[in-house]
Amino acid sequence: MTAASSPNSALDPVERSAIIRDGIVVGVATGAYGISFGAISVAAGLTILQTCALSLLVFTGASQFALVGVIATGGAPLAGALTGLLLGTRNMLYGLRLAPLLSWRGWRRAAAAHLLLDESTAMSVNRESTAAARVGFLSTGLAVFALWNLATLGGAIAGESLGDPRAYGLDAAVGGAFLALLWPRLKDRRNQVCAVLGVAVALSLVPATPAGVPVLAAAVVALAIGIFTHSTDPTDIPTRDDLPSGGERHS
Amino acid sequence: MMWAAIIFTGIGCYLLKIAGLSVPAAMLKRPVVQRIADLLPVALLAALIGVQVFATGPELTVDARLAGLLAALLALVLRAPFIVVVLAAALTAALIRLL
Repeated sequence: MTAASSPNSALDPVERSAIIRDGIVVGVATGAYGISFGAISVAAGLTILQTCALSLLVFTGASQFALVGVIATGGAPLAGALTGLLLGTRNMLYGLRLAPLLSWRGWRRAAAAHLLLDESTAMSVNRESTAAARVGFLSTGLAVFALWNLATLGGAIAGESLGDPRAYGLDAAVGGAFLALLWPRLKDRRNQVCAVLGVAVALSLVPATPAGVPVLAAAVVALAIGIFTHSTDPTDIPTRDDLPSGGERHS
Repeated sequence: MMWAAIIFTGIGCYLLKIAGLSVPAAMLKRPVVQRIADLLPVALLAALIGVQVFATGPELTVDARLAGLLAALLALVLRAPFIVVVLAAALTAALIRLL
């Protein structure tokens, strides 16, 4: 996809290369945490091949961490899959916001959909033109895809050679990873209430239900709060400022 | 079973992405749908933290994992990048187990 085929005016080459460079920087920064995913996944008991398949096929950090997190606590694979799927719902909202801006059709849209995630959304949602948004989306999405998958493989191989994962605190790393994923959303009061109630529901069910069920049950909290509260547009779409790098690097 | 779970999650997550890009906005733009889609990850991530840190089989326990979580929290307050947060949690728990 080139900028020339965009319905808007062609993109200035200088701006175009600046957007591509930013996308690659974000890809490198995100890839780094693919290493932690790879290591945590094999520590949870998945094989290297299964770990790499998750990064290739699911390609959404939070959903992948959720699946292996449930497996790590002894949950059934199906419970892990459902938890991962429910965590993927935010990508749907990103797509909704980006659809008119990217305005792709047919196979291009089908291919681009796989690259839809926090980072590619952040690097395209605030662009002034369709051409700039597409370049931001594709450069970031492809860079993250390449580095995330490479890093997953590296992390999985390293994790497998480490031996006992508990000796390296890898079981505690999972909790840290989830907290880091949740952290940016805790500025909002309703999200804080939702998080506290989610923990309370899950922990109260731990002694009484099979592993995996307590986490899924916390979805009821989200349903209840979503139904019984009101606001016109609650969606917190990530922007370039929310990324650890890339956002500040403008020429 | 693991492979079935991986493929199910892969297909499901892809369908969510393509739905956002394709389904007429009116269907998904209903505020209640958006609120729930937005809140689900918050409730589930919080639940995952709780179970990951406190559950040992069917029991609730306090051990080195809680220290790891507190180290991660400190790293986040100090605005550390993701990988540092994860490493802080792992190293803290590993050190406490060594003591």
